Amino acid sequence: MVKEIERAGLPVVQMCNLIPVAKSVGSNRIVPTISIPYPLGDPTKTKEEQWKIRYHRVKVALDALTADIQEQTVFEV
Amino acid sequence: MMKKAIVYINQFFGQIGGEDKADFEPVIKEGLVGPALEYQNQLGDEVKVTHTIICGDNYMGSHTEEAINTILGFLEDKEFDIFFAGPAFRAGRYGTACGHIGKAVQEKFNVPVITSMNDENPGVEMFRKDLYIFKGGASAASMRNDIKKMVDFGKKILNGEELLSAEEEGYFGRGVRKQIWLNPPVTAADRVMDMLLKKLNGEPFQTELPIPPQDKVPIAPPIKDLSKATIAIVTSGGIVPVDNPDRIQSASATRWGRYDISGLDRLEKGVFKTIHAGFDPAVANEDPNVIVPLDAMRAFEREGKIGKLHEYFYSTVGTGTTQGEAARMAREMIPYLKEANVDGVILIST
Repeated sequence: MVKEIERAGLPVVQMCNLIPVAKSVGSNRIVPTISIPYPLGDPTKTKEEQWKIRYHRVKVALDALTADIQEQTVFEV
Repeated sequence: MMKKAIVYINQFFGQIGGEDKADFEPVIKEGLVGPALEYQNQLGDEVKVTHTIICGDNYMGSHTEEAINTILGFLEDKEFDIFFAGPAFRAGRYGTACGHIGKAVQEKFNVPVITSMNDENPGVEMFRKDLYIFKGGASAASMRNDIKKMVDFGKKILNGEELLSAEEEGYFGRGVRKQIWLNPPVTAADRVMDMLLKKLNGEPFQTELPIPPQDKVPIAPPIKDLSKATIAIVTSGGIVPVDNPDRIQSASATRWGRYDISGLDRLEKGVFKTIHAGFDPAVANEDPNVIVPLDAMRAFEREGKIGKLHEYFYSTVGTGTTQGEAARMAREMIPYLKEANVDGVILIST
């Protein structure tokens, strides 16, 4: 899906847990998430901490959309 | 003894009707309907097409198990040596239907099943490992030609002739490796030297270990000014309104939906949930924002970090879904994104 969106000329950032899969499929902008069932949350933490994690990772993803990358990039969180 | 064949076609080629009849439940008819006539023409006197099975593409798509069981029931008391399905050309649902029924028939009755699809048909990726899928044309204009390839190969199987490689025969490779004796025998050491010499001389050569090309997409240019940009959220995590209005499947999805989030500040539990069957949904059902981060996106919208959030989010289920289907669904979403002047997409995978 990421590739088709990018093929249409839209910058797209994939937030996912399985980085090797995203890489091998050919995502160009990748931001790691916490886990498969809760990419942007963590039930072992408080609501407040979860909000901070989510806010931070989505921010990294938004910034990734503005990054002028030359190759497949996994952005640091 | 004369061999027997049975042919599967959809409601359109079965002369039942078009899209309005796509929910048509399976029937079996004695003798030849539509394309079955062409099969019989080309099979000649050695093989008789005894029955034609007709089923609506949507019926097969949305009642797959029932459709398969009904058809397997039809076939239980029939004698047949080979089963043909399609050809399905570039028709995705038809190709998928041919794949579903073909696979089931092959497994239950242990007869060869042959179908045909265009390489753009999503059924190819879904079923090429299971079935002989011949490389077919894009539309029904190639009917005769496609059937000829299927019939020629079918006759070879029935006559016990030697079968060549997928490429030589004209079907999509199934990823099956078969050990063969070369004629004339040339050892691997000689073959590799021949290839190397050809390579050094700049001559064409055929590798014995083809590596499928990786389909790379050029990196899309970045967003210049995020504070004026419209951002859309897409997810393969199966977040939908609790009644799942588009009936997106929990696995091997072929459907997707887009859901209006204008005026919402976050996704509330009990209003949205995940239907994804590939993970424990408890956490995401308790707080759907862990997959579709609407609350965070609204915060960035308020702060002016982004211009605005697109008023819909787009969702399907990524487990067991083929790359072909996923690509098609994405292509179907794109016109909506373009129409809304979306500048960038965040895609959350689970």
